[in-house]
Amino acid sequence: MTSCIFEQNRNMTIQEIQNDIVDEFSMFDDWMQRYEYIIELGKSLPLIDDQYKTDDNLIKGCQSKVWVHAELDGDKLVFTADSDAIITKGIIAILIRAFSNQKPQDIIDADTNFIDEIGLKEHLSPTRANGLVSMIKQLKLYAVAYQTQLN
Amino acid sequence: MTDRSILTNKFDVDTIRKDFPILNRKVNGQPLVYLDNAATSQTPQQVIDVIVDYYHRYNANIHRGVHTLSQEATDAYEVARQKIQKHFNIAHSYEVIFTSGTTHGINLVATGFTSFLKKGDEVIVSAMEHHSNIVPWQMLCERTGATLKVIPMNLDGELIMEEYHKLLNDRTKLVFCNHVSNALGTINPIEEIIEAAHKVGAAVLIDGAQAAAHIKSDLQELNVDFYVVSAHKMCGPTGVGMLYGKEEWLNKLPPYQGGGEMIAEVTFEKTTYADLPHKFEAGTPNICGGIAFGAALDYMNHIGFEAIAQYEEELMQYATEQLLTIEGLRIYGTAKHKTSVISFNIDGIHPYDIGTILDKLGIAVRTGHHCAQPIMDFYRIPGTVRASFSFYNTQEEVDKLVEGMKRAKNMLL
Repeated sequence: MTSCIFEQNRNMTIQEIQNDIVDEFSMFDDWMQRYEYIIELGKSLPLIDDQYKTDDNLIKGCQSKVWVHAELDGDKLVFTADSDAIITKGIIAILIRAFSNQKPQDIIDADTNFIDEIGLKEHLSPTRANGLVSMIKQLKLYAVAYQTQLN
Repeated sequence: MTDRSILTNKFDVDTIRKDFPILNRKVNGQPLVYLDNAATSQTPQQVIDVIVDYYHRYNANIHRGVHTLSQEATDAYEVARQKIQKHFNIAHSYEVIFTSGTTHGINLVATGFTSFLKKGDEVIVSAMEHHSNIVPWQMLCERTGATLKVIPMNLDGELIMEEYHKLLNDRTKLVFCNHVSNALGTINPIEEIIEAAHKVGAAVLIDGAQAAAHIKSDLQELNVDFYVVSAHKMCGPTGVGMLYGKEEWLNKLPPYQGGGEMIAEVTFEKTTYADLPHKFEAGTPNICGGIAFGAALDYMNHIGFEAIAQYEEELMQYATEQLLTIEGLRIYGTAKHKTSVISFNIDGIHPYDIGTILDKLGIAVRTGHHCAQPIMDFYRIPGTVRASFSFYNTQEEVDKLVEGMKRAKNMLL
């Protein structure tokens, strides 16, 4: 189910993808099941090329290591990532699913309410919740940088 | 899970648990299994009552008021100091300095030593220190030009004492070591460390933060120069602790902070400092915390440290055996002498992931580097999962931890 999710989302808007994610998370009865799903997502994350696993690409503010790389494919921004912790990988996978293969301006404009709607933040430890905020910030920063380049 | 009972002494853990209201709560819909005692211990009702009683009846500032409430609060605070003195078998109550905790005590001594050290002097720390027992000494060395030397450790997490003896020489001025490692649980041979340091004329500070809840130390017998503890690791509240210093050292050390309470006489030309212990207790202290610290010691002594140590030893042995039945689990810190801490990882799984799943099952453990990054670097790992036990934990809780670990492993691998 999860392996081709990143491909399926190619022609959807950020809002549509976020709605899908919210729907998926509402299907589960409890947080153990949601974590199992996050872990599955983590295992299917499009991995960052090893050459980009540099300190420059490390997201600061995360307790476990998270690397994110962004590059333009036409007018769309494509993210790849990795982490040494699988749940963190799952969380970044959710974010990448929502924001990858989108135009930088759309990423900049996107709201992130879906994070609150799936209740992810309150089920993370404070350090992980901070990490999540740092991840979103980093994805948006990449979008700002590439938007400037496109202009 | 097992029919083997570890309760070989008369220790009645079920009755003791009733003293701790927090142990009844649920976390994520599951009964709380609290195994993060090395970070902070839980508080018994007897201590909570003392805190409530203080605010109900005699909350006042101490040592300066003429009124009854102030007198009562001062008396209670000083009685607490005497309880601490008695507990650690300290010669004089004025050698007990109330601090905000271990870190405060260490910084007080490290700052005070600035004027005693010069370039070329050496200070020694152990390889298994908490950051709070590394950084203040590094700062001291930067200020004075002294050199920091490190006692190395072996893979079992034991200090290599031959190397320690080689490090000592007539330039050694200070030695710092924790009594028990917070990350590995190793009980360090502080008697030997203290004796050898004194032979070359060096002073010794022992960080007792992790030891004090498990080992009742006789500080006169240890002949240690400084010993620091935090109340919150031994059933007391946060924000209060003790610095013990030998009288001669406390007289030599300059005051750490200036303020009220620590003076004898103040003019704009000159201030003379108050006698011990007030010289080091500037400002209004954590009065209620100090009184509750005394109550916490009463509580633990009522149960008895021998009984606590024996029970915890059996619990840790049981937990070690049970955890090792999980394939791929490795324990870090396998010293011959250790207490109440098991640090471990499962091959291929990040400790944060395990901690997250355990939390969903109501099990509180610590994950990460435990403020001891040099130890993690030594083992070349990002961190560990740490289960740390107290006398109110049970065999059933250990079983839940092991079951939780198995479940986490299945999910994560």
